Amino acid sequence: MKGFDLTAVLLNAEFSSMLARGLVMTFVIAVGSWLLAMVLGIVLLIVRLLPSRLAGGAVAAYISYHRNVPTLVQLMLWYFGISSLLPDQLQGWLGEHNGEVIFAIIALGLCQAAYFSEDLRSGLRSIGPGQTEAARALGHGYFGAMRYVLMPQALRNALPALVNHTVSLFKNSSLAMAIGVAELTQAVKEVENESFRTFETYLIATILYLACSLLIMAGGALLGRRTSLAGAR
Amino acid sequence: MLFNTIEIVRDNWLLLLIGQYPNGPLGGIAATLILSVLGIVLAFPLAVLVALARLSRWRMLRLPATALVYIVRGVPLLMIIFWVYFLFPLLIGANVPGFATMLCTLVLYEGTFLSEVVRAGIEALPGGQMDAARALGHSYPRAMRFVILPQALYNMLPSMLSQWVSTIKDTTLGYVINVPELTFAANQINNRLLTKPFEVFLILALTYYVVCFSLTQLATFLERGITTRRAGPPMPAQALVVAQ
Repeated sequence: MKGFDLTAVLLNAEFSSMLARGLVMTFVIAVGSWLLAMVLGIVLLIVRLLPSRLAGGAVAAYISYHRNVPTLVQLMLWYFGISSLLPDQLQGWLGEHNGEVIFAIIALGLCQAAYFSEDLRSGLRSIGPGQTEAARALGHGYFGAMRYVLMPQALRNALPALVNHTVSLFKNSSLAMAIGVAELTQAVKEVENESFRTFETYLIATILYLACSLLIMAGGALLGRRTSLAGAR
Repeated sequence: MLFNTIEIVRDNWLLLLIGQYPNGPLGGIAATLILSVLGIVLAFPLAVLVALARLSRWRMLRLPATALVYIVRGVPLLMIIFWVYFLFPLLIGANVPGFATMLCTLVLYEGTFLSEVVRAGIEALPGGQMDAARALGHSYPRAMRFVILPQALYNMLPSMLSQWVSTIKDTTLGYVINVPELTFAANQINNRLLTKPFEVFLILALTYYVVCFSLTQLATFLERGITTRRAGPPMPAQALVVAQ
């Protein structure tokens, strides 16, 4: 076993660029699926608030499925299963255009949308009915009341949960390696195979992941402090 | 497609249930459940210890425990699996089967997450409980052991059940280091059939859904019961007026 030497990996042009490309891909997947999840989460919430039992039931089923099936299995179902049902032309196009990245973003985004939607909903539920009534009494329509009175408070209440789930979304991006996406964890495996410096490679990747997660947590805490009301707890 | 799905289940149900046992290692749902139950049971004492350390007055205990929680929360489970896979054999100087590697990872990972649940449970109790226990002459450890923990752990039963569901979902990652469990079995079937990936992974997803959904429902049911019981008997109207 060779002595501990971080520079053997960091200063090696090939290895460090492999890790850097992996990190960029991790960001692409995390940001892409976060945006998809947030948009879809809001849509799901709006549909759930509709006065239709059918719509509510459908959203509840969607959320229940995505929360009770492991994320890795959802990824596999999309990449191996659903992709095989697509028309041949589309399959060919996906094969040439990094289909695994697209499926990873779709699978992780759809999965996380269920969590985001539930976070927002419990944020909304924690506001008393008096707020809605007061907003309506002041002459706001349904959407005006949502936009100016309810949503700002709901977002503030939901912030800690949203930040937690953003961190877990970022961590879950590592699962994409199982369907062959060249993100950070996959790059770590490759660098380790070529450099035989397991300890150093794992340490670098762990520090990168940890730094990003802590940054997200710190950003969330900062946001929470800036949006909190004086005297409220 | 429905016919195909039923046919695959009919031909492979034993593999999905127990893997290649008794001709090979135990796998399938059986291995998934055993792995998750062992994981959560062994994680529990670790969780209580870490939670107590995080609430301790001594920085010597508080700082390392807090660091552990932040590190494990900030690093993907997959990275932790790789670390254990690499370090565990070095530490004990022998080959370690995938099952043990995965179990060790799960104990560390779930134990840390569970410790946050335990800590929240302890902090949610009214401060008067500890004060009263101390005033009755209990030492800090005895107050924890006989007054605080029994109440906190009882209130946390639903959260622990949810943590078990998370553990079941996390066992799927054992697939990456070839632990024979349910996801691994489904991939074996898929590699043999080659032409029916959608059906195979649909079966896999539905199987996990049935297991995890039942446990989630049980957690909700427990939670409702515990909330009612903690609220005590309904207050008479007279008392309510006075209390206000």
